[in-house]
Amino acid sequence: MEQYEPLPPPLRAALRRSMSGGRGAMGRRTFLRAAGLGAAGAAGLTACGIPAAGRTGDSTASSDHSAQEKTVDFSNWTEYIDVSDDGKHRPTLEAFTRRTGIKVKYTEDINDNVEFFGKIKPQLSAGQDTGRDLMVLTDWLAARMIRLGWVQQLNPAHLPHAFANLEQRFRSPDWDPGRAYSYPWQGIATCIAYNKKATGGRAVTSISQLLDDPSLKGRVAMLSEMRDTIGMTLLDMGHKPETVTDDTYDAALARVQKAVDSQQIRKFTGNDYTDGLSKGDIAACVAWAGDLVQLRIDDPDIEYVFPDAGFLFSTDNLLVPAKARHKTNAERLIDYYYEPQVAAQVSAYIAYVCPVAGVQPYLAKIDPSLAKNPLILPDAAMDAKSHSFRSLSEDEDTRYEEKFSKLIGA
Amino acid sequence: MSAATAQAAGPPPTAPGPGTAQAAPRRTAGRRRLTPYLLLLAGVAWLLVFFVAPMVYQASTSVQTGSLDKGFKVTWHVATYWDALREYWPHFLRSLLYSGIATAACLAIGYPLAYMIAFRAGRWRNVVLVLVIAPFFTSFLIRTLAWETILADQGPVVRFLNRVHVLDVTAWLHVTQGDRVLATPLAVVCGLTYNFLPFMILPLYTSLERIDGKLHEAAGDLYATPFTTFRKVTFPLSLPGVVAGTLLTFIPASGDYINAELLGSTNQKMIGNVIQSQFLRVLDYPTAAALSFILMAAILAIVTVYIRRAGTEELV
Repeated sequence: MEQYEPLPPPLRAALRRSMSGGRGAMGRRTFLRAAGLGAAGAAGLTACGIPAAGRTGDSTASSDHSAQEKTVDFSNWTEYIDVSDDGKHRPTLEAFTRRTGIKVKYTEDINDNVEFFGKIKPQLSAGQDTGRDLMVLTDWLAARMIRLGWVQQLNPAHLPHAFANLEQRFRSPDWDPGRAYSYPWQGIATCIAYNKKATGGRAVTSISQLLDDPSLKGRVAMLSEMRDTIGMTLLDMGHKPETVTDDTYDAALARVQKAVDSQQIRKFTGNDYTDGLSKGDIAACVAWAGDLVQLRIDDPDIEYVFPDAGFLFSTDNLLVPAKARHKTNAERLIDYYYEPQVAAQVSAYIAYVCPVAGVQPYLAKIDPSLAKNPLILPDAAMDAKSHSFRSLSEDEDTRYEEKFSKLIGA
Repeated sequence: MSAATAQAAGPPPTAPGPGTAQAAPRRTAGRRRLTPYLLLLAGVAWLLVFFVAPMVYQASTSVQTGSLDKGFKVTWHVATYWDALREYWPHFLRSLLYSGIATAACLAIGYPLAYMIAFRAGRWRNVVLVLVIAPFFTSFLIRTLAWETILADQGPVVRFLNRVHVLDVTAWLHVTQGDRVLATPLAVVCGLTYNFLPFMILPLYTSLERIDGKLHEAAGDLYATPFTTFRKVTFPLSLPGVVAGTLLTFIPASGDYINAELLGSTNQKMIGNVIQSQFLRVLDYPTAAALSFILMAAILAIVTVYIRRAGTEELV
C-alpha cells in the first residue's frame, strides 16, 4: 500500500474500505464466479491431451498420385548432393528428370535430426501428409519413425537396382531387418579431428587423449548427437556400443562428465564444430569424416584420425513418410541413386561412405584417387574398427537422452 | 512524470457523427454501438488464436503424463512443476541473473546514447537513430554468430584483452576462463546486451525527446547545477522510458537461448535451453510446458514488483 502514502488520510481510508468491502474485495459472489470459471477451465484442460503418436494398420498408406503428378518432393540435409561447378545445377537430379520426366523438388531443410522431428511431428502424429515424399534421417530417428509407423513400407518391385546393389554391411540393421522401409543415402563415419596449428603439431589419436590431455584443456568439443559422443567413449573404454547396457552407458557418461567438470571440454556442438575447428578455437573434437574431406580442401592443417579403439558408424536413410502423395516416384528416385554410375557421381562430390556396391570402376573413371579413398570405400582395416550403436527401446531412448541432455548442460 | 503524461494525453476524443447520423438515427446508433466490437474483432481473434489457445494447450500439457508412443493424458500430475523446479532451479537463477546484468548493462550503455541523440545530436539525430536500428536488418542468429568470430580465441579483440591483462581480472572474477572469452558467462552476457540494446535505447529516446528544453533552462535559472538538473528534472521525466526499456530488455533476455547456445558452454545454459531440449531432445512435453509456466510466473512476479516500485502505473 505504500504507493497510496502521499494521499490524504480520508482518501486512504476510503481506498482501504473499497478494497475490503467494495467491488475490489473478494465477495461471495465474486468467489463463486471465480470458482465456476476455474472449474470450467479445468474441464477444458482435461479435454486436451496428446494422443498416442504411433499409428498402426495401413493408415500410413496413401493414395499414390505418382502417375498423374510427375513430381517428387525430396527433403535432404544441406550440402549432401552433387552440385555443378557454377553452383546452379544438381547434375544427377537433372539427369533423373530427363530420363523419367519426374520433376524433383529438392529442399535442403534438414539441419538437425531432433529439430526436424519436431517440425514434422504435428502432421505425422495427426495422420496428415507432410508435403514430402522422401526424406533422409539418421539411423536412430529412422528407427523411431518406423516404430511409430510414420513411414511407408517400400515396394521391392520398384527397387531392382537398390536391392541388387546395396552393400552387404547395410543389408539388415536391427531396426529395419531386410530394409523393408529404408535405404541408406550415405554412410557416416565418426572420427577425431584436430587442427595441427592449434595443437602445436601434436596428433590427437584417442578419446582418452581428448578427455585428459592437459594441453588441450578448454579447446575440446564433442558432438551433441548422443550416440556419436557416448558411442566413441564406450569404445575407448573397451565396451561395445552394439551391446550397451545401463551400466556401461552410465560409466561412459560419467567419463565425459569428468571432462566437463574439469573444463577440458569447451562445448558440445552440432555441425558448427567445423567453424571453430578451422579458426582454432577448437583444437580437437569428435567429428564426421565426410565434413573433414571438404574442410581439408580449404585448410590442410586439419587432420582426422580413426582411433584404434574403433569408431562409430551410422547411416542416413531414405524414407517415404506416411501419406506421401508420390510414393512410386520416390521409389524410382531411390532406385536411380542405386545405379553405380549415379552413386559414383554423388560420392565424388560429397565423400561420405557409399552404400552402393560396384561404384569403384566409375569412381576411378572420375578420379583414380577417389577409388582408393577409404572414406568413400572403407577398406578391410576400416571395416574391422567400425561399430554401430544398438537401437534403443522407447524407454531407454528417453532415459538416455535425458541423462545426455543433462551432461551437455540443459 | 505528470508533465510527460499531460503531454502524451491528447484532447479527449470527441466524435459527433457526421450528417448521416440524422438521416437514419436508429440504424446508425446500432451500428455505432457495434463499431468498437467490430474494430476489436481482428485483435481479439489474434489473441484467441495465438495467445489464449496456445496457453490453454500448454497449461494442459503441463499436467499430463505419458510418452510419445503411448500418448499423453491429463492426469493432473501437478508434481511435474515441483520436480521441474527442483531439477532446474540453477538454470532459472542463471537466466534471471544473466538477463538482469544484461539489462543493467543496456541501461548503462543506452542511457547516455539516448540522451546524446535526444539533446546533442542536432542534424545527425536521424542518422544515429538509423544506426541504432540498423542491426535489425540482419537476422538475430547471424548477428550472434558474428560475435563468435569477433570473440574468437585467436581474434584481435581477445588478444588485445589478453595483452592489457583484462582477462586476468575477469578470470579472477570467474566470468571468463583462461585466455578466452567465448564459452564463458562474459560472452553470453555480452551477447545478450548487444542483442537487446536497441530495445532499451528506443523507448529511452522517445521519453527523453519529449522533455521540454525550457525545463532545463528553468532549472538553470533556479541555480541548479547540470548534475542537479539531471537528477531532479531529466531523469524523473525519463522514468517511463527507463521502465519500458528495462522491461523490453529483461523479459525477452531471460527467455533467450540462442546466446547461451552459441556463445556459452555447458555451464552457461539458460532456462530457454532446458525448455528447448526437453521439447525436442527428451520429448518430455509436460516438463517443458511446466518450465515455461514457471518462467512466465517468475517474470510476471518480478515485473509486478518492479512496476510497483518504479510507480509508473501509467505504463500498464
